[in-house]
Amino acid sequence: MTRFNAFNLLKNAMSGHKNWTEQWPDSQPKSEYDVVIVGAGGHGLGAAYYLAKEHGITNIAVIDKGWLGGGNTGRNTTIIRSNYLYDESQRLFDHSVDLWQGLSQELNYNVMYSNRGCLMLAHTVHDVQSFKRHVHANRLNGVDNRWLTPEECKEYCPPINIAKDARYPVMGGALQERAGTARHDAVAWGYARGAAARGVDIIQNCAVTAIRRNAGGSVAGVETEKGFIKAKKVAVSASGHNSMVMATAGVRLPLESMPLQALVSEPVKPIFPCVVMSNAVHAYCSQSDKGELVIGSGTDQYVSYSQRGGLPLIEHTIAAISEVFPIFNRMRMLRKWGGITDNTPDRSPIIGKTPVQNLYVNCGWGTGGFKATPGSAHVFAYTIAKDEPHPINAPFTLERFRTGRLIDEAAAAAVAH
Amino acid sequence: MLLIHCPYCNETLPEVEFAYASEAHIARPAKPSDVSDEDWAEFLFMRSNVKGPLYERWRHIHGCGRFFNAVRDTVTDKFLTTYKAGDPRPDLSSLTEGLK
Ligand SMILES: Cc1cc2nc3c(=O)[nH]c(=O)nc-3n(C[C@H](O)[C@H](O)[C@H](O)COP(=O)(O)OP(=O)(O)OC[C@H]3O[C@@H](n4cnc5c(N)ncnc54)[C@H](O)[C@@H]3O)c2cc1C
Repeated sequence: MTRFNAFNLLKNAMSGHKNWTEQWPDSQPKSEYDVVIVGAGGHGLGAAYYLAKEHGITNIAVIDKGWLGGGNTGRNTTIIRSNYLYDESQRLFDHSVDLWQGLSQELNYNVMYSNRGCLMLAHTVHDVQSFKRHVHANRLNGVDNRWLTPEECKEYCPPINIAKDARYPVMGGALQERAGTARHDAVAWGYARGAAARGVDIIQNCAVTAIRRNAGGSVAGVETEKGFIKAKKVAVSASGHNSMVMATAGVRLPLESMPLQALVSEPVKPIFPCVVMSNAVHAYCSQSDKGELVIGSGTDQYVSYSQRGGLPLIEHTIAAISEVFPIFNRMRMLRKWGGITDNTPDRSPIIGKTPVQNLYVNCGWGTGGFKATPGSAHVFAYTIAKDEPHPINAPFTLERFRTGRLIDEAAAAAVAH
Repeated sequence: MLLIHCPYCNETLPEVEFAYASEAHIARPAKPSDVSDEDWAEFLFMRSNVKGPLYERWRHIHGCGRFFNAVRDTVTDKFLTTYKAGDPRPDLSSLTEGLK
């Protein structure tokens, strides 16, 4: 792997950039691995990276049915924040935000992390109370979050309409300045490159069709489109499709897969300095470095694997955006797309061991797992290597749906993007 | 946009009139106090999340207000049929025949 630095850039410029070597090889499966990871999204690739780097396990294959980063990692709107309500979530997401700070240097790959701040608008008395509760809960844990008046919101992000007679009046907002965005593709590519450099095989266009178990019940390996691959441990991180993959091992999950859509506008000059989310009207917006407004909202209401979603949702989203930011009323939208998110009943992820020995799962990230990529990958790697959860992901078990110890961010009313 | 047939109103109407209500044919245990934690978790939380024909519930919330069941292919989003709540599960093979 050629490192990216000024010297190598200059050297390759001399030869017209024609001699750069590939970032990672297109590996074919070997017959056996210590760890097989199903799903080459940010979470799967990141877990492979940390397994190799921090736990010395390098005989790993990351297997994807499509191309790496082609799932939700390459489809999301890249909002990064950690202002969740419950202590468990705050620890998990703030761990991730900590890792985002130095990720470009860590990976020697520019993930374009930009802590431009995330502002959540309150439009009702209930919003005000709920967001202030979040602010207090966060500050108790040393997690950045503070309350802004409507005027301060406007000052922080001028396109917001704070007129008293607005359809959705702004009564204030919760601002996390450490929050922001990053370049989604670069996250997948950076982890892929870092993992491959440490000996990890990344196998693309090879769906895992079943998890095979030994007579004793423990994991034996995976059946794939390219044949059986033996594995000491199997870790599933196949957003959207986790239910089906895990069902082949006899594990039922509390998940429903729903399309989540996003859209972008034509590119314009810099006008939108941060991320603004409006949970009550259900729309959020930021501006990419290319200049496009990146817009999203909630999932479609039904289970679907179509990676498409319906237009009523887009109409609702754009209606909300036009009210909150009237300046964007006549902006043209370029394209929209969908990804399949697997949602848990409490809208918190499941990261940990399963009833099957040597089978691990990292799922249920729903609409908000991009921000968690480094943190989740990091603790998932720990869980796989040590066969026990890291303290940070210990509460995020599958067991909690039996014990009732839910981490109910759904009820906490923070939409999870 | 999905077009959904309400078996009570006997009309096919746009999705925005309906609210989704998740997997169908999940019966609440008759005696909850006799149910083990495992079975209770299964009833409350575990879902088949099928990729393909899924038995599911919808509610005609901006119409007659009633719940009904449907079979929909979650890959194409195409409805195979809708039927009244309480009716037995329609046989899948008869529904998918015409599609092949
Ligand atoms: C439109 C949209 C907007 C979003 N916005 C945000 C946001 O602003 N902030 C945020 O934090 N999160 C956001 N999310 C959620 C976020 O994208 C996901 O939670 C996160 O990217 C999940 O990462 P992953 O690595 O688990 O999944 P993925 O990137 O989806 O990777 C899973 C991989 O598994 C593969 N796979 C599936 N089945 C199999 C199989 N049988 N065999 C082999 N491989 C398989 C898939 O091909 C895929 O590449 C958004 C999601 C969407 C769709």
